[in-house]
Amino acid sequence: MIEFVRNVRLWFAPERIGEEGATPDYRFSLANERTFLAWLRTSLALIGGGFAVDQFLPDLRWAWRVGLALGLLAAGVLCALRAVNHWVRCERAMRRGEDLPVSRFPALLSIGVALVAVAMVVVVLVGWEG
Amino acid sequence: MTAQDRGPEDSDHSPRDPGLQPERTRLAWRRTTLAATVVAVLAGKSALRGGPGVTTFVVCALCCGLWLGFLGVAHRRIRTLSGAVPPAVFTPRHASAAALCTIALAVCATALVL
Repeated sequence: MIEFVRNVRLWFAPERIGEEGATPDYRFSLANERTFLAWLRTSLALIGGGFAVDQFLPDLRWAWRVGLALGLLAAGVLCALRAVNHWVRCERAMRRGEDLPVSRFPALLSIGVALVAVAMVVVVLVGWEG
Repeated sequence: MTAQDRGPEDSDHSPRDPGLQPERTRLAWRRTTLAATVVAVLAGKSALRGGPGVTTFVVCALCCGLWLGFLGVAHRRIRTLSGAVPPAVFTPRHASAAALCTIALAVCATALVL
């Protein structure tokens, strides 16, 4: 948790990341930036999915529709936060010459998305309409 | 002008990256902007479903503003990436600005869903 707070402080203080270690090869930094953008696109896709559930399943019962949509939106927010945090951690690890950070977030996200997808299939097939 | 006439000296002033890394990063920004556009359009569609009203107008304006914010961040970065090689570093402030626009879009979406 303390580590996370320190990372959050780094988001808004760009000059502090430059104080540590040596500047890595710019190609590695650009690759890290593209990974960040890929996570941000994942986040945007989840948010779009939330909108889609809300708009294209209008016959569904209110609780199910809103629950699924909010689940996808929350996953999108988490994904965006994690994108920045992971980018900062990778950038710092590269500057210090350490190993890149590992994370269980991709596994958790895939399990979450799978659960939402199964719930959606069940809800649409059973047809719990409002 | 044949292909042989086009030497490296008259194609560009800056040395080209053999892996086209800045170009790939630029296209990644374009893709991300496109994804943000899709989300903004869905937000507009969702807001307009309930008919005109003050809330609709406010949420629509907010989503358009956030989309423009994201576009601004992406545009600045794309311009930096099309300049000199190696390009200037990507700062945490830029990264958090892009992520905050995304999160704010999700908050707007929550307001529209509820």
